[in-house]
Amino acid sequence: MRYIEPHAHMVSRTTDDYLAMVLAGCQAVCEPAFWAGFDRHSAEGFRDYFAQLTEHEPKRAAKYLLPHYSWLCLNPKEAEDLALAGEVLALIPEFLDRPGVLGIGEIGLNRNSRNEVAIFERHVDLAARHNQLILIHTPHLEDKHKGTRLIIDILKNDPRIDPGRVLIDHVEEHTVDRVLEAGFWAGITLYPESKCTPPRAVDILERHAGGNVWMNSACDWGHSDPLAVPKACFEMRKRGHTAAEIDQIVFQNPVRFLSQSPHFVAPV
Amino acid sequence: MQRSQVLDLYFVDARSKLIDIAAFLDRAERAEGADDYRLRAFREALSALAAQGGGANRAERVLLAFSDPTSAPVEQADGKAATGAWRGEGK
Ligand SMILES: [Zn+2]
Repeated sequence: MRYIEPHAHMVSRTTDDYLAMVLAGCQAVCEPAFWAGFDRHSAEGFRDYFAQLTEHEPKRAAKYLLPHYSWLCLNPKEAEDLALAGEVLALIPEFLDRPGVLGIGEIGLNRNSRNEVAIFERHVDLAARHNQLILIHTPHLEDKHKGTRLIIDILKNDPRIDPGRVLIDHVEEHTVDRVLEAGFWAGITLYPESKCTPPRAVDILERHAGGNVWMNSACDWGHSDPLAVPKACFEMRKRGHTAAEIDQIVFQNPVRFLSQSPHFVAPV
Repeated sequence: MQRSQVLDLYFVDARSKLIDIAAFLDRAERAEGADDYRLRAFREALSALAAQGGGANRAERVLLAFSDPTSAPVEQADGKAATGAWRGEGK
């Protein structure tokens, strides 16, 4: 079995996880910028983080023969300090031409606040001006449905945004229809508690067969599982899905979306 | 899949989760104090779960029972973390 892990925060994981992923059939890993678990206090802190994502982490992954890609942004959790957010947004363009940088992400909303919306709109503008793909984080728990609605409205109101070049991640049963019907790609995140379990993820896939959907582990420093995607593949097998159907979801779909970035090289 | 195959695969696991929910409610009700917005949302979600003939969209309706139904961005985020249930307007 082969798969792509399209969303993993590998800077928070050990190299044991790289080994386990490669042994499970992982062909490439994509790492969106995210919140460190504490607020960074200066734009220089972000510069170091972007260098880690674009220089150091690809080398660490390469030791396990794993191509590593990244997405750059300021996380919505860090949007309340508008002055710092502005400084970070200003330094992102220096990194966009680096090999392995796929676009702007994971941007979006966290608690659906006015400042988060403002910073989200500035990221969308940055992506549009630089013709970048966009990876969207939708809020957690009770905030997800509203946040997804707000995000879709903002994107739909910007005529420069092609929904086929935007993936809206962390969909669940109450948001997936809206995302796909608006023409966006949808990501299903396999998370032990706060997002989808493998059986629910496969339910969503079965109800949206043929849709522009991928699955990811979104593994990070919290309770999460870097092997969540292959475990969901096992769930598909238990239900009788064929190897070709599984390959479509966990390999071909991510390749189709990510190949819209000139920096992505499809694994052979 | 046939319904019997779904049951073969998932019945025991779902049964176990249902008993966990029953025990959670017993535990909460044994404890001193009143329901808060989380337990109220939980009870609402339980009625969505128990509804018959739901067109197989119970998961969606349970999720919606916990969700913020409003549309305007909030003035300020009250902390970084969501709690799992909407507190209601103006709280
Ligand atoms: Zn993430």
